[in-house]
Amino acid sequence: MYIYLPIAEVSVNAFLLLGLGGIVGVLSGMFGVGGGFLITPLLFFIGIPPAVAVATSTNQIVASSISGVLAHFKRKTVDPVMGGVLLVGGVIGSAIGIVIFNYLRALGQVDLLVQLCYVVFLGAIGMLMFVESLRAIRRSRGPSAVPQRRKHNWVHNLPFKMKFRVSGLYISVIPPIMVGMLVGILAAVMGVGGGFIMVPAMIYILGMPTKVVIGTSLLQIIFVAGFTTMLHATTNQTVDVLLALLLLIGGVIGAQVGTRIGVKMKAEQLRILLAIMVLIVCGKIALDLLIMPSELYSLGAGGHS
Amino acid sequence: MIRLFAILMLLALPARAEQIVLGLSQDEVAITVTFEGSEIIVFGAVSRTAPPPQDSALGVIITIAGPSEPVTVRRKAQQMGIWVNTDAVFVNSAPSFYAVATSAPITDILREVEDLRHRITIPRAIRSAGAVVADSVAFTEALIRIKTDQDLYQMRQGAVTLDQDTLFRSAISMPANLTEGNYDVRIYLTRNGTVIDTYMTTIPVNKVGLERWLYNLAHEQAFIYGLLSLAIAIGAGWLASAVFTLLRR
Repeated sequence: MYIYLPIAEVSVNAFLLLGLGGIVGVLSGMFGVGGGFLITPLLFFIGIPPAVAVATSTNQIVASSISGVLAHFKRKTVDPVMGGVLLVGGVIGSAIGIVIFNYLRALGQVDLLVQLCYVVFLGAIGMLMFVESLRAIRRSRGPSAVPQRRKHNWVHNLPFKMKFRVSGLYISVIPPIMVGMLVGILAAVMGVGGGFIMVPAMIYILGMPTKVVIGTSLLQIIFVAGFTTMLHATTNQTVDVLLALLLLIGGVIGAQVGTRIGVKMKAEQLRILLAIMVLIVCGKIALDLLIMPSELYSLGAGGHS
Repeated sequence: MIRLFAILMLLALPARAEQIVLGLSQDEVAITVTFEGSEIIVFGAVSRTAPPPQDSALGVIITIAGPSEPVTVRRKAQQMGIWVNTDAVFVNSAPSFYAVATSAPITDILREVEDLRHRITIPRAIRSAGAVVADSVAFTEALIRIKTDQDLYQMRQGAVTLDQDTLFRSAISMPANLTEGNYDVRIYLTRNGTVIDTYMTTIPVNKVGLERWLYNLAHEQAFIYGLLSLAIAIGAGWLASAVFTLLRR
């Protein structure tokens, strides 16, 4: 069944969009990522104009994140205090990020920069997580599986300490705010919710338990994505509500399924799967930059006169 | 200007030997939610005040042109190992949709000079000026190639059936990825490669119903539209969670 999208002004297969939303929803529920870094390139691929794809995917991220976070709330695997602290940093960061983004757009070549950002960050984070979780899996299989004591690093020597009960942490609020800010900047520049950066940062920098990380990450993504949706809707009029609806019907169901799969899996298995997925997307974008495209020319609307 | 000139020329010849009488299968295209493209049948007849000349063949050319828009054509080149957009050519005006249907191979029924005057074939319908790049022709060719791949530009030679030099008919298919606006339908009657009569009419292509409402809301009440999108997202997220909780019990 084909549906004509009022804002994107293209006709697309409704079932394709439902399926696409579903797959991304499952991943979102499993790993605590919004899925923006997956769904946006996929929408480009099926012929949705890039501006509409970027804006609309933020709206779909809101829906799947809410669906996921509610499931996590029931299992008490969300740290609302940590989420709030991260969000404060996130809002500051995204405001800075939008300024940077507009500056880069004025210079031109913003597409290239976004792609390079993807390759660098996805590549670095993917490799880091892959190596670490591989080690963790080997360790747990080894005969002397000694539970590791949490090491005290520089994070624990900063002022303004706060108790994060759900995460079982007593640390300074400065690192979470810094992490939130960094993610906010990258999210605004790259047009994603930032879950794939947030999740590893929470695990490796803040030392939060993996199970709590996913729900908390989803909680803060809701607000970042919601804020971005409003921004796109009011400034560019590029949010396609019909496209979002089709994606999120699949997405919210997928997120529920994903959360249940995620609960049954071991933390290091989850991390290695997320790492592999991040590396695949990274590789695809890198190949697009390196291999000669079959069509060298592309059309853009309007432009300078 | 050119069109005005053509009309004046026609007015100067009051006793035109052959004239177009036209009909369309539909006088508007409505874009609904389930819009999958549309087929427009253009049919008509040549009315004559005198018997047709025997020394030359009659040619019919039908064009449908969507609203024109400026387009930037970009080209990628390899720099430091990666493919990036380097050169760009700005095309002042290119139709968003353009279909040409003819009764015979275009070179047989239309002379180059007439094509230039009436801007009938696809390359002539695109206007680009002030190209900075040396090989700007490659950019216009790329524009036509990309649009043709999307069925937005169509060149269908021999797609007009001409019956006894009087009745003509052609079906032109418009793809689903149409933009809104007035689509100009033009018919050219030619003899010896020269246009002897033209006829023009307009088919409006408009979004209707839900499509219209959403589009207007997005542009006129952007803030409310944004809130609506968020409300749908939040509602759907909550609903899915509630339904799954019920299912587990």
